[in-house]
Amino acid sequence: MASMKDIKRRRQSIQSTGQITKAMKLVSTVKLQKSKTRAEKSKPYFKHMYEAILAMLEKSGNIDHPYLKGDPTKKKAVIVITSNRGLAGGYNSNIVKLVMGSDIPKDDCVIYAVGKKGKETLARRGYTIAEDYSEVMGGPVFNDAIAIGRRVMQDFTDGKIGEIYLAYTEFKNTVSHIPTLLKLLPFSTSGEKQTEEEKADIDRLTLMNYEPEADEAIGQIIPRYINSLIYGGLTQAFASENGARMQAMDSATNNAEEMLSTLTLQYNRARQGAITQEITEIVGGANAIN
Amino acid sequence: MADESKLLRLEIISPDRVFFEGEADMVEMRTSEGEIGVFRNHIPLTSILVPGIIKIHNGQEVKQAAVHDGFVEIFRDHIVILSESAEWPEEIDVERAERAKERAETRLKSGDANIDTARAELALRRALIRIEAAHLK
Repeated sequence: MASMKDIKRRRQSIQSTGQITKAMKLVSTVKLQKSKTRAEKSKPYFKHMYEAILAMLEKSGNIDHPYLKGDPTKKKAVIVITSNRGLAGGYNSNIVKLVMGSDIPKDDCVIYAVGKKGKETLARRGYTIAEDYSEVMGGPVFNDAIAIGRRVMQDFTDGKIGEIYLAYTEFKNTVSHIPTLLKLLPFSTSGEKQTEEEKADIDRLTLMNYEPEADEAIGQIIPRYINSLIYGGLTQAFASENGARMQAMDSATNNAEEMLSTLTLQYNRARQGAITQEITEIVGGANAIN
Repeated sequence: MADESKLLRLEIISPDRVFFEGEADMVEMRTSEGEIGVFRNHIPLTSILVPGIIKIHNGQEVKQAAVHDGFVEIFRDHIVILSESAEWPEEIDVERAERAKERAETRLKSGDANIDTARAELALRRALIRIEAAHLK
């Protein structure tokens, strides 16, 4: 049996760890609330944008715009959104796994990293990192999304990359976060089902006029759409990060409490054993004198 | 459907909030093709907005706001404006706008080949609109 001193030391260390994880849990709970509202507020903007683009493409049929074609022979850009700090359970490794498990070959892949953790892991695995926007993850604002969007769009128009993907963690609710790989460019509507409500908007499909012409408008609107997607990805990832950390810290605190109670039991048992032994020794010694 | 109403439903949405949602008689805005004013029963139109001041007329009341870019979708009875940034006059930090204006001006005057002229011009236009809008309050 471990000595009393050892158990005591162990118990103290677990206690202080438990205090830290508990504090971290509280902090991420507060952050989660804030980032959750932010993520929700960005949704209507994105939804309208998507509908408008769908309608535009529907109306103008085969627009021959580079944004809609892409180039499968060129490199593929992946914007990888992870966190700057660890202790968030499987949050970061899930995203890394998603990128590595996707059908994008490693040599064709260029990473635009947001978040140190993902950047470091992917760099170690031999991926090319084109740019690092990790400072953004302190608290993403729309201008950050614009900066990232502008850079990838520039590389796309310059012909450095042929396709753009976004890897982020979708925030379903507080307990469920889904790592998602989304294709940003070339823009495609395939696989997306239109709801009845959208179809009912006849104005949009039959009568809409465009000033400037639809194909020029597409060229102006798609970059904005990309920005809004990146912003949505950032806010959702930020909310997911805090959610994941909250969960991880919650279970860590629970584990610490469990260990503490076992250790307290062990400690008391050891203490009792020591006292019993001492008494036996004293009695034995007294008997020997008599 | 009660079509006697002369009011338009207007929604201005930016990424971080629903900026404005309500009714209006007429909405004036600046698009890439020029300034337009929209009443109810306008033909459906989608257009690109350039930095400008949007005027929302409702009865005697006129609300003004700076809208920096985005696009507008006009339907028969409602308008949706999606803008990356929109501000009410009271929200504008004039000093910051003045500084941005000076910065953009020096950048344009410097004639340095490395600067992105289009971006600097856009920044200048945005700053000017902010200053103009701020003086409306």
